This record gives sequence, C-alpha cells and structure tokens, in this order.
Amino acid sequence: MKHILGISGLLVAVFLFTALLEPNFLTAYNLQNTLRWTGLFGIISIGAAFVIITGGIDLSSGSVVGLVGVLLPMFLVGQGWSVPLALSAVLLVSLGLGLLHGVLVTRMRLQPFVVTLCGLLFYRGIARWISGDQTQGFGGEFAGLRQLAIGRLPLTDTFGLPMPFLVLIVLAVLGGLFLNYTVWGRYMLALGHNEEAARFSGINTERMVILAYVFGAVTAGIGGVLFALDVNSVQPAVHGNFYELYAIAAAVLGGCSLRGGEGSILGVVIGAAVLRVLYNAINILGIPTQLEFAIIGAVILLGVMADELVKRFAAARSTARRTALSDAVMDDPPRDSAHGDPDSTL
Amino acid sequence: MIDMGAAAPLLSAQGIIRYFPGVAALRAVDMHLHRGEVLSVVGENGAGKSTLMKILAGVQQPHAGRIALEGREVSISTSSQAAELGIALIHQELNLADNLSVGANIFLGREPERLGWMDQRRIFEASEHVLARVGLAISPKMRVRHLPIGRRQLVEIAKALSADARILIMDEPTSSLSASEAGVLFEVINDLRSKGVSIIYVSHRLQEVEELSDRVLVLRDGENAGELAREEITHDAMVQKMVGRDISRFYARTTHSIGSTALKADGLVTQAWPGCPLTFNLRAGEIVGLAGLVGAGRTELLRALFGIDRALRGRIEVVGKEVAFQRVSDAIAAGLALVPEDRKQQGLVLELALRYNLTLAGLWRHRQIGGWLNRRREVEDARRMIKALAIKTPTDTRRAGLLSGGNQQKAVLGKWLSLRPRVLLLDEPTRGVDIGAKQEIYQMMESLAGEGIAILFASSEMEEILRMSDRVLVMHEGRIAGELDRDAMSEEAVMHLATGGDGALTGE
Repeated sequence: MKHILGISGLLVAVFLFTALLEPNFLTAYNLQNTLRWTGLFGIISIGAAFVIITGGIDLSSGSVVGLVGVLLPMFLVGQGWSVPLALSAVLLVSLGLGLLHGVLVTRMRLQPFVVTLCGLLFYRGIARWISGDQTQGFGGEFAGLRQLAIGRLPLTDTFGLPMPFLVLIVLAVLGGLFLNYTVWGRYMLALGHNEEAARFSGINTERMVILAYVFGAVTAGIGGVLFALDVNSVQPAVHGNFYELYAIAAAVLGGCSLRGGEGSILGVVIGAAVLRVLYNAINILGIPTQLEFAIIGAVILLGVMADELVKRFAAARSTARRTALSDAVMDDPPRDSAHGDPDSTL
Repeated sequence: MIDMGAAAPLLSAQGIIRYFPGVAALRAVDMHLHRGEVLSVVGENGAGKSTLMKILAGVQQPHAGRIALEGREVSISTSSQAAELGIALIHQELNLADNLSVGANIFLGREPERLGWMDQRRIFEASEHVLARVGLAISPKMRVRHLPIGRRQLVEIAKALSADARILIMDEPTSSLSASEAGVLFEVINDLRSKGVSIIYVSHRLQEVEELSDRVLVLRDGENAGELAREEITHDAMVQKMVGRDISRFYARTTHSIGSTALKADGLVTQAWPGCPLTFNLRAGEIVGLAGLVGAGRTELLRALFGIDRALRGRIEVVGKEVAFQRVSDAIAAGLALVPEDRKQQGLVLELALRYNLTLAGLWRHRQIGGWLNRRREVEDARRMIKALAIKTPTDTRRAGLLSGGNQQKAVLGKWLSLRPRVLLLDEPTRGVDIGAKQEIYQMMESLAGEGIAILFASSEMEEILRMSDRVLVMHEGRIAGELDRDAMSEEAVMHLATGGDGALTGE
C-alpha cells in the first residue's frame, strides 16, 4: 500500500509539474491522448507483471505486438476474413506463443530470459518475413473496428475516455481480482517467493507458471490488436520495438520485484501512467526528444531508489521503536516471549 | 605475558547484553575460554548461543559487556577484526563459493599477489599444507561443488587455520554430516586441540558434546545456567541445566491402539536407488520410525511416497485402494501429508504471512465457484490452527520467516493437520528446534497417532527413533535393511542394520 502511495505521488508530481509549466498539457485533446497511450501500454504491462510475479520475465511482448499488428491487417484485408475470425485467430496465436513460453520454461527448464529473448527475435523476424517487410494497414476500412482503439466514451462535449483506457480498466480489475481474490492468484504469489515450498504444498506450480506466460502473451496480443488499429500503418520492422521494456519498467515502477512474489496490479497501471505522462511531458515541454530515453531511465531509477530508501527508513524506525520498548522492559522481560527466537530470525 | 598465559583465559566475555526487538537475547552472560580447550555451549534454541557466537565473531555488537583477549580488552566490531584477532566462525550454513576451487576458497579475500597478479602457485601450495592439517587429502584445485558436505566443512576449517585462527567457533557443525563425516570432524577437533587451538563448540547433539568437551557452558533464556567440568559432563546433567527441570517426563510414551493397514508400498523404486525395491506398510495409529545414516535413501523414499519425485516402479495402496501419484496434489487428495526436511526452503514461504502459509496446502477447500477465495473461512481456518498448535505469534499476518524455528515447524505441521491426513510423513521433524518445542512436537505426534493417523518419520537422532517409534524401518544404501519391533529396538540393533550389518542381531 505504501508503495502505491509513493508511485501515485510521483505521478501527481510529474503531472502537476508539467501542467504548471505548460498549460496546454491540460487540454482535453492532450489528456485523452495520454490516457489512450496509458491504456495501450498498461494492457501489456499487466501481462508482464504476472510473469514477473511468478519470478520470470517476458521479453517477447514487443515482438508479439509487432506480429499481431502484421497478422491482423493481413487476415482482414489480405485474406478477407471476418472480424471475429481474424480477432480470434490473432488472439489464439498469442495464446499459443504464451503456452510455448510457459512449457519451455517449466517442462524444458529453460531460463525465462533466454526463452523470451529468442521469442523477441523470432517473432520479429517472422512478422517481417510474412509481410515482405511491407507496411500493413486497414486503409479507410474497418472504421467500426478501429473505434476500439481510437474511439472514446464521451463524458463532456470535448472530453471522453479513450477505449483502450477502458479496456485497461476492465483488464486491471480482472487481473487484480485474480491475483488477490482467487486461489490461483495466491498460488502465483507463493510460488513467486518459493517455488519449492509451493510444490511441496501440492500446488501444480508448472501449470501456474504456464498460465502466467499465457497472460503475458495474451495481453500482448490484445495490446497488439489495439496498437495496430490505432496506428493503421504497421511497419513490421519497428512496430512494437522496445514495448517489452516499457511493460517491464511499468511493472517494476508499480512495485513488482524481479525476484518474484511481489506486485500489485493497481501499481502497474499507475506505473504505466507515469511513463506515458513523462513521455508526453518531454514532447509538450519542448525538451529535445533525443533525451526521451535518458529522462525516462533517470526517473525510473530515482523512483526505485526513493522506494528503497523509504523502505529502509521505515524498517530502521520500527526497529528503533521496538528496541526502545524492550529497553523499557529489560528489567523484567517476558519469559514466554511471543516475538520469536532471535537466533533463527536472522 | 608468558606468566599471564596460564592464569588469564585466552578469551573472556563478561556481562554481555544484547537485545532484539521485543526480546532480550543475552542478559549479562559471562564466558571464558582457555588455550587448547574445547568449550561446548549448549542450550535450547533462543537461549542465546548463536547470538553470543556472533558477538564473539564480530558479526553482531553487544549492547553492553566486555570482551578480553589474553587479558587485554578488545572490541570486535567486524568479522575482519575478529579474523585479525584470530577468531573464526565456522557457519552453520557453509560460506564457501562452490563454483571456485578449494584453494581459491581458502584464500578468498587474501589472495597472495605477485607483480599485481594472483599467485596461483602459492595459493595451491599453501592450501595443500593447510588441508593436510585437517586431514584432507584432496587437490586444492578441485572445485568445492564436487565435495561432499562433510569435506566442505573441513575446507572451511582449513580456511580459518590458514588465516592463523587461534579460536574456532563452530555452530552446529554436524547438523548435516553423516556419522562417519562427523567422526572425521571430531578427530580434527581433537588434533587441533592438542596443537593449542581453542574451540567453542555449539551443538544440539549432546552426545557429541559429551564426547568432545573439556568444559560445557549452559545457557538458558539468555543467561548463564551453569557450567560443567569434564568429569561432570553427562547427558542428563546438561539437559537438566538447559531446561531447568527434571528430564524424566521427557521419556514418557503413551500407548495407543494400532489399527488396520493405512498405507502399503509394494516394490516401490525411487529414482535415486533404481535397484532397490521397497516394501513396507503403515497401520492406522502407528508411529513408524525411518532410521538410517545420512544418504541411506530415507528422504528419497518420503519424496517418492508423496509424489514429489515420481517413483520408477511399484504399487502404493492407501487404505486398501491402489493409488498412482503423478504429483503432490494426488497424494494430498489420497490423504497423505509431508512435513519436509528443510522447513525454510520446502515447508514454508518465509516471505508470506503465517496465515497464508497455514492455508496454502488446503486453499482449494476455501475455493468457491470460479476459483473465488472465501477469505473469511481462510482466516478462521488459520486462526484455529494457530490456537490448536499454540503457535507463538503476535498476529496471524506476521511473516512466517520471523517466527522461531519451533514455531515455524509447528506452522508446517498446522498446514497439514487442517487437512486431516490419514498418513503423516515427517522428515526430520525436530531438526533445529529447541527441547521445549521438540517435546510439543512429540506430544503432537502421539496424539495424532491416538486419533488413528499413521505416522512415518525419518530421523537422524537415535534417541528420537527409540523414544517415538512403535516400529522402526532401518535403511541402508537405498534398501530397507531391516525392521525392528519395539521389543527388538535398541541403539545397537538400529546401528547394526544402518551400517549394513548382516541382520544377525535382528533375528530375521
């Protein structure tokens, strides 16, 4: 919870800072855009978070976005498939890729980093090859379908919630409920901390890990559909490049530990928002865009450092308080201490 | 100085006080150590032994008290300062980089240099010399990874000696050694003593303490509970001082009735011992001990029974019904439970709340439609187990890693008992827990057996085997070397079978 407050504070700070320096930041158009991009990146970040929570990593999501972005226009325009068929096909492809990652990681005992790094390279290559490296798009067609990405739910005359953001909210709520209120969510947290103990408790850890990679790939697939509908001109060589790193960054900013076991979906959504607001600030404040990566990197680093310092400060304070307490009772310490055995807690 | 040597102790600590959040670990403890002496420090878990050792080795700082070396007051605020003073702590968990060679480990952090490069030749030569001092005839170029655990311990001692340690502190050095490895360690200790090295020996295994010590210091609740000179050291005397009460009640064992067969294994073959089919049965209400030397295949048997490692062949029947365990959840569904050997790594998720740990194995019972978790029932379930097992914790949300060893072990038990198993498998159920918690665990085992649960427990402690078992299965090199009923049970009979005796003593 403390972490959520911290990352929210960071979001508010960057938001206010930008708004004060450049009032155009607060125009309905700009806010809508920022929310839309938050939605798009947030969706793939949620999948990344599940993989990270189980102690893995998914480097392939950017290439899955690229592959889906190429396949969807090819199915719809090139093959003339119906919308439901094309959508099911690309989502099934993503699900299959997630299954593959999960099986390679669990059954073959390959390292997640290696498996998904190979995925990153492989899917990018396939996307470029099947499209002949030609830009893919929907032209002027499929306006209805494209509303999924560029449409909005109007709230006032000028401002509306972008569809991708609404999709993100739905997925985040589902993800949060899954993680905190279902048996499987608990299993993922437990095995993220200690896979062996989870297995000794009768948890089918392999199945849960595979499920996490499926979540990762399917959210990348959903994100890929929306990204493609949004840009309408998918360049196979670059579409989705680096998105896996944005997703991982959002998850880490949101409180996921790369050691596994820690993370909250709300935090990840806010983390994604921080990245998008920052990106927008760089553009709107006229900061040279060449600095974009440098600034985002620096802010993430500072955020993680601040988080660590706050944690240490809190730990030191609680130790000091308890030590003071035990000072007071030193003359007559409880025989039957409920505080445990200092020998074994170290 | 020389005159002083005989009178003043080599190392003395006076009025050492150290407290931790909410508890005083040491309350004015005194200790002294002479040259060439083996001083054993015994006491229950939480008595303050490990804390005292960490203070002497500079790992932790006392809040009050004085430490003097050869009569001169010293402050030891880091472990490198301790090393300079000639004090070395041999850790319970070994501190070796197992990807490096033995020699590289011995000189880790003090590598001799020549022209700015590491002097490999000198490392290996000097290592060979110091390895000989601990009786290890291995090449210093060997990687630590390839050494069995007992030899790694000797490497660690060699490392301390090569840094000119005069005082070796050993914290539970035999806890993961086999009997023969421990024997080698004792020889080394005796040899070092005769060469003037002083040793502080911390152990739960009182038999070893009895064998080795020149003097015993007993701690209880962070205070001195007394000292025993060489001729006074007996098992009973130590236990009496440790617990401060009469030990006779520790040997009580209630009788209970034994029912029909609960589990039957027929020709079970584990992956570790493909040539050794195992056949045995457990009856309801029966406590069966699984004895054997370390590495005899006891843990492998339990793991195969519980579906953690798939058995290669063989039949398992639970209450007359044949079962085939593809995975642990199948075994749980059949009514089995396993309290594993390593509770921190296998038994608990230390970072999670005690409550979540208690319900982890049975979480599926709190599952509603759609996988939804009934949190209220989960909490009730956890609180019930905390109460039933008297787990000492301020709240049920406390992280499991912050509990004491005994309470952690109770938490692992609780996790399984809430599932009401028919067959309870225990692997070293009292390892690393203090005498009080041990006693509670024994009582729990008895009352569970009284309820008709069949119990199979593996233990390396002979006392525990003899005290708790209705029947003992003794393993040797993957086989069940023999079976002893309560009348036939004796230390000699068990050891005879465990060491590969021909079975003459068992009358089979």
